[in-house]
Amino acid sequence: MGTERIAKNRRKFFQTSAALIGGTIIYSLIKPFEAIAQTEAENSKEGKGNLPLWGMGVDIESCIGCGKCAEACKMENNVPKEPFYFRTWVEQYTVKNDGEVKIESPNGGIGGLKQSVPDEDIFKSFMVPKLCNHCTKAPCVQACPVGATFISPDGVVLVDETYCIGCSYCIQACPYGARFMNPITKVADKCTFCYHRITKGLQPACVEVCPTDARIFGDLRDKKGDLVKFLQDNPTQVLKPHLNTHSRVFYNGLSSEVK
Amino acid sequence: MEEHYQHLYEALSQVDGYIYPNEIDLHWGLMIVLYPYITGLVAGAFILASLERVFNIKALKPTYGLALLTALAFLFVATLPLVSHLQHPLRSYEIFMTPNPTSAMAIFGFVYLWYLMAVLLLEIWFDYRRDFVIWSKTSTGFKKLFYKVITLGINETDEKSAKLDDKLGYFITVLGIPSAFLLHGYVGFIFGSIKANPWWSTVLMPVIFLFSAMVSGIALVMVIYMVVSWIRKVKIDMLCLDTIAKYLFYILIIDFTLESLDQIHRLYEAEESFHIIEVLVGGKLNITLIYMQVIFGTIIPLSIIGLFQIYKPSEKIRKIAYFFVGILVLIGIFFMRWNVVIGGQLFSKSLSGFTTFNAVYSGTEGYLMTAVWLILPLLILTFLLWLMPPWKKVSVHE
Repeated sequence: MGTERIAKNRRKFFQTSAALIGGTIIYSLIKPFEAIAQTEAENSKEGKGNLPLWGMGVDIESCIGCGKCAEACKMENNVPKEPFYFRTWVEQYTVKNDGEVKIESPNGGIGGLKQSVPDEDIFKSFMVPKLCNHCTKAPCVQACPVGATFISPDGVVLVDETYCIGCSYCIQACPYGARFMNPITKVADKCTFCYHRITKGLQPACVEVCPTDARIFGDLRDKKGDLVKFLQDNPTQVLKPHLNTHSRVFYNGLSSEVK
Repeated sequence: MEEHYQHLYEALSQVDGYIYPNEIDLHWGLMIVLYPYITGLVAGAFILASLERVFNIKALKPTYGLALLTALAFLFVATLPLVSHLQHPLRSYEIFMTPNPTSAMAIFGFVYLWYLMAVLLLEIWFDYRRDFVIWSKTSTGFKKLFYKVITLGINETDEKSAKLDDKLGYFITVLGIPSAFLLHGYVGFIFGSIKANPWWSTVLMPVIFLFSAMVSGIALVMVIYMVVSWIRKVKIDMLCLDTIAKYLFYILIIDFTLESLDQIHRLYEAEESFHIIEVLVGGKLNITLIYMQVIFGTIIPLSIIGLFQIYKPSEKIRKIAYFFVGILVLIGIFFMRWNVVIGGQLFSKSLSGFTTFNAVYSGTEGYLMTAVWLILPLLILTFLLWLMPPWKKVSVHE
């Protein structure tokens, strides 16, 4: 296009608009990479290899369904007492003689689970504690639009309460129902493995109170630790393996009825 | 808070089978039904305008400007239900400041901005610039001021400048078609990419959303065109109306085929989640899916406009039928969004039970607010039509 074909003021308008739009696009393209660059810098500083990699083993045969874990979790982490908000809960599975599977978890198992099916109708029954699986490929972290939920360098999926916009997309993305919208803080809430405790060398509250040691918490990198020993001695499985989330909560004695 | 708990206790008493304890609360309600619905209307209306401009379907000329302004009016409102639904709406700007590049929702923010700023506003501006200059000379008061400002100081009205406007406008429309596809395909991806939810997780979701968007947008412009003509007391261009209906018919067929394909695929593969989805469709979604979406929203409209392709009754009957069809399709697509958003949360991810959706009338998530978000774009459109009536344009593109 020749100079004479476009009036001067219009040419100037195009130039200014192009500069503004171009600048905005370039800035928004660079911005995400800046975050990546920062993470790398932080990682190299802390030396990721020396950090623990937290995980949990759950021994289904040991769980008696007392619900102490769910109760302790609520107390420790200020989870609202109403029966709609749980960072951890216990499910009771009862397979009846006719093949029907009954699953119950009234109030997440707090107060103890009681069998509602008569003994003579039961084929088998077992308890399954549930919690956030702290996935290595966490769908919630992938989905969060602002990066408010993230995996800590020691492998714990956390939520930045000051950053979460409360869109609930992570709750939709979690295959395990492990997240909820906290009605008080109005941000996504979930199990943190009691991050405030484990970073001080303590056990998570649920592990601490379990009377039968059905939950084994530990460092997956510590080859001599209890968790690694549990994984060596038992054939373990993760929940919903077909979803490829690479979860870090491992179950011993997981039956096919468990979803 | 107490009211919210009361609501949840009520839902708890209605749980059927086993659901994870955190699933009693439906996290996405009516506002998230509205979001893909309104975005779809935008994309659909824009594509109808593009049919005329880029694909040179001259019969659609009377609706070109109307379709663009409809798209703009609805686009202004599109993100409002989404933001109002956030628990921390004041933090919503973080989506633009620190977007998570792996999040479908984060990228939508940019797609939306691109579409609004770079496509729709620019296309309308190029289409109207010369008129703004001319109108600014003849009008007074607010209108005069608005026209003067909006010309951005470019005041030529000669043939050469009109040609340039036309060329650039055309270029943006061409760019706009893939952008509209991207806009609504992306909304589909927000749901389709959630592997945790078997009702959402299908590769067809973006395509289904795209075609249903076109269907709803075309139906909307058809209805608005008729209403505006009645209000203005001008004769409806029957060739234009018949042509819109013809495109509505074709695209509705594609949409229905895709959705059927999705369901047939589920039925045949009968994966782990099949049983719960079968119970969902036959039970909790029976009315909204089978009746509202399929029978009233798809089969009846298809039969009526399908019949008109072979046999054309009098203009009067056709007009009434088209109006009726337009409304039915708009209701049908609303329930399609409902069935996706609400339906996908009614069953537990444990695949062992159901929760219930009890909508409320008041509050930011209620029916009243839904009505507000649906009426607001119509008010904006009325204002836009008053401010820049397409029928008073002096310059009309080739």
